[in-house]
Amino acid sequence: MGKRIGLEVSLSAAEAVKMANVDCIAAYPITPQTHIVEHLSELVNDGELDAEFIPVESEHSAMSVSAGASAVGARAFTCTSSQGLSLMNEIVHIVASMRLPVVMILANRSMSGPISIWNDHTDVMSIRDCGWIQVFANNGQEVFDHVLFGYKVAESQGVMLPLIINIDGFILTHVIEPIEFWEKEQVEQYLPDFEPIHTLHPDRPVTMGGVGMPYVFSEAKVAQDEPLKQSKSVIISAWKELGDIVGRYYSPIETYRSGDAETLFITQGSYGETVSLVVDELRDEGKSVGLVMDRLWRPFPFDEFREATGQTRNLIIIDRAISYGGQGGPLAIDIRSALYKEKNQPNITNFICGLAGRDVTIDDFKNIYHKAMQKVKKHPREEDFEYYGVRGK
Amino acid sequence: MTKTRQDLAWQELEIGATLITPGNSCEYKSGDWRSIRPVVDNKKCVRCGTCYIFCPDAAIHETEEGFFEADLYYCKGCGICANECPTQAIEMVEEEE
Amino acid sequence: MEIVESTNVYAYKLITKKDYFAPGHRACQGCAEALAVRLVAKALGRNVIVASATGCMEIISSPMPFTSWRVPWIHVAFENAAAVASGAEAGMKVLMRKGRVPKRKITFLAMAGDGGTSDIGVQALSGALERGHDFIYICYDNEAYMNTGIQRSSSTPYGASTTTSPAGKVIPGQITWKKNMPEIAVAHNIPYVATACPSYPIDLVEKVNKAARVKGPAYIHILSVCPTGWRLAPELSIRAGRLAVETGVFPLYEVEYGRYRFTEEYLKIQGRFRHLSEEMIDTIQKRVVEEYEKLEKKIKMTEGD
Repeated sequence: MGKRIGLEVSLSAAEAVKMANVDCIAAYPITPQTHIVEHLSELVNDGELDAEFIPVESEHSAMSVSAGASAVGARAFTCTSSQGLSLMNEIVHIVASMRLPVVMILANRSMSGPISIWNDHTDVMSIRDCGWIQVFANNGQEVFDHVLFGYKVAESQGVMLPLIINIDGFILTHVIEPIEFWEKEQVEQYLPDFEPIHTLHPDRPVTMGGVGMPYVFSEAKVAQDEPLKQSKSVIISAWKELGDIVGRYYSPIETYRSGDAETLFITQGSYGETVSLVVDELRDEGKSVGLVMDRLWRPFPFDEFREATGQTRNLIIIDRAISYGGQGGPLAIDIRSALYKEKNQPNITNFICGLAGRDVTIDDFKNIYHKAMQKVKKHPREEDFEYYGVRGK
Repeated sequence: MTKTRQDLAWQELEIGATLITPGNSCEYKSGDWRSIRPVVDNKKCVRCGTCYIFCPDAAIHETEEGFFEADLYYCKGCGICANECPTQAIEMVEEEE
Repeated sequence: MEIVESTNVYAYKLITKKDYFAPGHRACQGCAEALAVRLVAKALGRNVIVASATGCMEIISSPMPFTSWRVPWIHVAFENAAAVASGAEAGMKVLMRKGRVPKRKITFLAMAGDGGTSDIGVQALSGALERGHDFIYICYDNEAYMNTGIQRSSSTPYGASTTTSPAGKVIPGQITWKKNMPEIAVAHNIPYVATACPSYPIDLVEKVNKAARVKGPAYIHILSVCPTGWRLAPELSIRAGRLAVETGVFPLYEVEYGRYRFTEEYLKIQGRFRHLSEEMIDTIQKRVVEEYEKLEKKIKMTEGD
């Protein structure tokens, strides 16, 4: 077992990047991602990590440099938040289509405007359809583990897709948590060297990023989406292998006291831990409540959700992003769609809350539970959603 | 030969739609674009290679005798070679239908 | 400005016969930009990795499943050729350092048009030049957004009519002056900046070779005549480039570590000058500049006569 130390989650994320023996780090500073790259530049400049640290002039170039590095066969890392993600958006999509297994930590922060540095999921949801594998980490340990997991999955021969690790800005990035480091041998056992399929090298000239005329574009897109869908089995076995090595087992969704629950909360990211406390308190009050935490966002774990929610009467889906003019938050939209063909469709309530770091406390979640129960009583089939805690509503 | 556009199934694309046959555009007959073609008068040719070096389509090659001739599979008929030839040894003539 | 080509037409035979930019590409008839790419590819040979911006040269050379590239080539987007090349260069450097790729000299080339360089790509370029990556950046300047249909760029010359700076009844075409992109590159204090034109192939090839030898960033700005966008007969594109240089509209020069000089290839290729010391070359250079300036003044004085 590795040593266990108290460390800021951002620093431990950087330490995990070091353990992954990353070759190329290109990043541009943006709050709340900064501590990760600051520490990485320290590790490089102190000679603790043999990598090229490229302090680019923008996030657009951060992702472009990562693309170039990955294309020559280097293990590339970058991280960003909100506006930075927006600026690199164009290249984020292209990196997926070129099947370059870059790993990125996204320190989730709300999208302007109004400008805000605080946490929600509006940034990642803006690139939901970018073609990357996307996971959410619930705590610092998960962040650490998922950096190594990220490269293992992204660089798997049948996958070769970039991967995003979402971590809640400030709520995770800036807190000190006990982190269990991996032993060097464990990393070596788990994560092989990056063996790319095609690279840019004069001995084997290839052309990457050619023009997709209408007669080949759709084929190229299917050739991109199929491995993303099929990556789920690789993801699950990579989690299994991780568990066998370090003793922490992960799955596409995590459940908590959900087996017999009439009502299930569904969360993404660090809210899961808060809601698990709420579940305990509500259970103490005699309520039949459980929790499902979504860890894997893309490819979306449809089967796992169907299985976990199939016998449930009510779902309370907590979204931290908006689909403007749409039917609630992105998580609720996908879950509704997952359950469309089910015989026993649960009542679905959807609350959008915690935008730009507004606190959502245990009492708030209890309040959400009671509101949901009232809604279900009044309009069991209404597919409405609510901005929780917004003045004037 | 590279598979033509209609034949490629998605499974046949290389990962990332990477193209792994360097320079296979030489299978493409850009000569079809041509309406005039260069005709070289070897009596006037001084074998300087001006036509060769200025051809944007790499469509002129040196013969064994050191003269230069256009490869009509690629030549688009731009007329640069005829215009640049220092001895006016190249004439552009109309393609016949 | 006297250029080497006029001294010895047989010099063309000295350039390699190998083409690393294959025929069958879809450039317009008489495209001097495709010619410039062909010459650059000849100059750099096989030990190169190319990062191309979106634009004419990307479109015409890589329509899937065909490619005109016989060297490794990557296109990611429009404004980021310099950043992609930065990543490739840095990635290869660390892989060689760690022993995962055998050590050897590989040249990294970023290429873009004038839009991809002086407009949308100027930030990524500036970043890459400032960071000091060991690469060559080549701007193929055809003086407008030709790929999208001849829209004006900041590199379009004053007075030119384009589809977004049309010669109208009130505004007579482009009303701004051409952005001086080579000067912007010089301002980054990089080891080598040059201008070139495919109408002078040997000069162009020499400059690309020199740029490849330089350690650190090198920038070459190549005037690339576009017969389609310039409303010019395709057979005239080489002549038009020559005229641009001869009239001083597009002077050919080099800036090595901040030191300006007109192309010295004129002297280098001739045996009668081969003995000259750096100082003597500088003296000649100084005199050439003085004479050129005098000539310019005379032209000005007699304007309107």
